[in-house]
Order: sequence, then C-alpha cells, then structure tokens
Amino acid sequence: MIINHPILGPRDAQEFTYLGDASLLNRPDWQANDAADQFYNYQYLRDNPAGEHRELWFHEQGDRSWLVVTRNTVTHEISKVELASDVARKEGRSK
Amino acid sequence: MRFSGFKVIKEALTGHKGWGPQWRNPEPKPHYDFIIIGGGGHGLATAYYLVKEFGQKNIAVIEKGWIGGGNVGRNTTIIRSNYLLDGNEPFYEFSLKLWEGLEQDFNYNAMVSQRGILNLIHSDAQRDAFTRRGNAMILNGADAVLLNAEEVRAEVPFLNFDDARFPIKGGLAQRRGGTVRHDAVAWGYARGADQRGVDIIQNCEVTGFRIENGVCKGIETSRGFIGANKVASAVAGSSSRLMSKAGMRLPMESHVLQAFVTEGLKPVIPGVITFGAGHFYVSQSDKGGLVFGGDIDGYNSYAQRGNLPTVEDVCESGMAIMPMIGRSRLLRSWGGIMDMSMDGSPIIDKTHIDGLYFNGGWCYGGFKATPASGWCYAHLLATDTPHKTAKAYRFDRFEHGYMIDEKGMGAQPNLH
Repeated sequence: MIINHPILGPRDAQEFTYLGDASLLNRPDWQANDAADQFYNYQYLRDNPAGEHRELWFHEQGDRSWLVVTRNTVTHEISKVELASDVARKEGRSK
Repeated sequence: MRFSGFKVIKEALTGHKGWGPQWRNPEPKPHYDFIIIGGGGHGLATAYYLVKEFGQKNIAVIEKGWIGGGNVGRNTTIIRSNYLLDGNEPFYEFSLKLWEGLEQDFNYNAMVSQRGILNLIHSDAQRDAFTRRGNAMILNGADAVLLNAEEVRAEVPFLNFDDARFPIKGGLAQRRGGTVRHDAVAWGYARGADQRGVDIIQNCEVTGFRIENGVCKGIETSRGFIGANKVASAVAGSSSRLMSKAGMRLPMESHVLQAFVTEGLKPVIPGVITFGAGHFYVSQSDKGGLVFGGDIDGYNSYAQRGNLPTVEDVCESGMAIMPMIGRSRLLRSWGGIMDMSMDGSPIIDKTHIDGLYFNGGWCYGGFKATPASGWCYAHLLATDTPHKTAKAYRFDRFEHGYMIDEKGMGAQPNLH
C-alpha cells in the first residue's frame, strides 16, 4: 500500500506503524460522571467496518507525524490522508 | 453410512457405486430451537456436540457460502495446547484431548497427526519464560519437554543453530501437538451433525436479527425469516459485521493473516517448528508442501488477501531459522480474516440480548480450538451456563479488568 503523505508525498506503508480506528483521537473527559463507561467504550470497543475506515498511522521511519488515513478495508484502497494534528485542530482541540 | 476398512474394500470391489453425499441439502424450516450462524469448524462442531453430548434437537447451521469455506479451510492446521494463563490452558488442553479421540468419535478420517510442536529458544530470558510456560502446561495436565541445544540439534539438524543474531539455545516441545487435515474437520463435523438431524443450510446469508423487547426471535436471511429460540453466532473474522446487525459493537478488529505453501517435497520436517525470535511457524503437509505463516499484516482488513511486505517478512524469518527453505519454491499464498480481540483471547458468552449468543475473537488461533469451542459453546447454549474450561471467555472481562492477555500487549489487537 502507498500512503500519500500530505507533506512528504507518496510513501510506502512499511514506513508506518498502525494504531487503529481514528476514534482514538477523541479521548473522553476523565471528569465526566460516566467517565468509566466512556473510557471502556473508547479503549475496547470498535466499529470495525467492512468498507471505509478512518484510522491512525504513525510515520515512524519518516517525519514521525500521525496521519488519519481513510482506507477501504475490503479493497485496501486509500481515498484520503490527513495530518492527525489538522483533524484534531478542526475539531477544536489543542493549539 | 459408516466408514470402515470393510466398507472401503467392498466399494473397491463393486466399482465405488455405493458412496453417497455426506450431508443433505435441506430447505430451511420456519422455526428451530437453535440456529447457529456460520458453517465453519466452530459452528459445525457446536451443532454436532449440541446433539451428541447435550441431547438437543431441532437445530440448523446457517452458512452464507458453502461450509468450510472460511478460516477452517485457510489455516495452517496446527493443534497444540502450549498456553500459559489459567483462563486459556485448561481450555486448549481440553481441546487437544478432544482432537485425540475425534476421528473415532465422528467416524471420519481427519488425519490427526501428533507429530509434535517445537518452540525454539534463542536467549536465556526466553528459556526462563518457556520453562515457566512448560510448567504451567504440566500443571494443567498437558505435556511439555524442555530441550537443550544439543537435543534440538539431534531432532532437527537442518536449522540455523549458530546464527550470529539469534542462535538456537534450546526448545520447548509438546509431543502431543501436531497437525490435522483442516477441511476434513469441517466435513467430519458436518456429516456427524447431519446424520443426527441437524439442517445445514448453505448459501443463506443472514441479513438481520429480529429482536423484540430485548429478546432475539430469529434471523432475517436471504431466504426469508427463520425463527429460533436461541441464535448463536460463530462467524469469527466477520463477527463485528454480523453483530452490528444486532446493534452491538465488539472489542475486536478484523485483520488479515496470510499463509503459504511450497511445492511438494519429500519428508524433511518431522513436526511443527516455530521461530522464537520472529513470528514464523512451519510444518510439512502429508502431500509434501511446506506449510508456513507468520504475523498478521497489521491493519484492519476484510480482504482475504494480504500485501507483499508481510510475504517478504515471513520469508525472511523462514530463511533466518531454516536456510534450506530457500531451495523450495512458493506455490501459493492466501489470506483469511481474523477477529483480533483486545486481549488476544476469545469470547464464548451470552450477549445482553436474550436468546442471542456469541462465539468469536479467536485471533489467529481458532483452528486448534475447534473441538473445545464447539463443545463449550454447545454447553452454554444447552444449559445457559459456561463450561468450566471456558468460564473466563466473558464479554465483560474488558470492562472489569479480567483480561486474558497471553502476550501482555494491552488493548492493541494487531500486536497479539
């Protein structure tokens, strides 16, 4: 698989390590009343779809950036690659 | 019809005209007591034991394609019970004991061959860990032998003993481990279940569950609604897809695992050998092909095919441990889809929906578990209580911190 890095261009997927569903970006509020439930959902449960899947890849042997890759789990086709920091910022997180 | 030596001779003398189909192809009835979704090894074994051991009747196995077309026909056929943890080892040892009597039990030649499995040791720390594992196995009634380097060399002299990076320091052997003809396991269970009245319904895809007031009343399929008192999922690999139709999210990801076979060779490998410093395992089939595999590809996939980097990695591991493998030519490689659970261990449990049961999360170790998985699932379905060896395989263990994390990797499915 070739991942089209937003800064570095097309890179071999072997340069990356895989973390999993991009929902891992959305860490729950530890002070919420149902924080234990939320963290259980966040940590252990997954949609695991057959089809389009947003997922986190880390460019370990490159610029060490985290990417959100939209990839089809049935065909392995990659349709979109974003910097995870951009995605988080768009959701109003961090600086 | 029973298979026997007498029957083979009789058929040989009469032109082989007396062999019939091994199972029926019935139309679905409107209602069953038990519906098992998934006509793979685990689903068929469940149906078989439900009738034979638990005396239940009126059972159907529903299969999307044809029986045995999923992971039971795609694995590397290894059986063993060399686990460490209390939640696992009694279960896998129960499974190995069932393998030992399986062919007589279901009167079918599954080519169960206890040729032994050898886990190689490459460091002092690994020797300590394997010694501990061997002791855990023995405590649970399994067999284990710790070998030093010379003893390993005497058994398998063709390995790369003096590799500079990963020299072989010894091995942990389980002599009762081995290989089984995987397709025959599905066929044997199917035939045994069918003979006892189980309807095996192929080419029937489940499209939904009918759930009323928190009770599962049956399944919607490509061949219409089928009612049931109890519906049991056994579709590891596609568990998340199926259970999402019941509104459930599961603690697992689906990953692709590749397997490989070379051209047929004369006998060169006596049993199953695993590389302790990388992820590589190899055995030789009765047809002569070297059957081997390694890591999962590592990303979510339902594709039933993998990518080349993993092929390269597996072949490099093979070359590192057994250089002569480079002289053989790779004939085929293929992929299967694994339910990779959050702790690397399976789930056999009720769901929060009454009448809906779940069996899955087998990661890449489901084949060896087939008999015990079927037995324990049948136990759960028939009695609504877990079998004593499968008590730890609960849905809620993640929520309450009772993980069975054999590799100690945490909630990272692609590392188990």
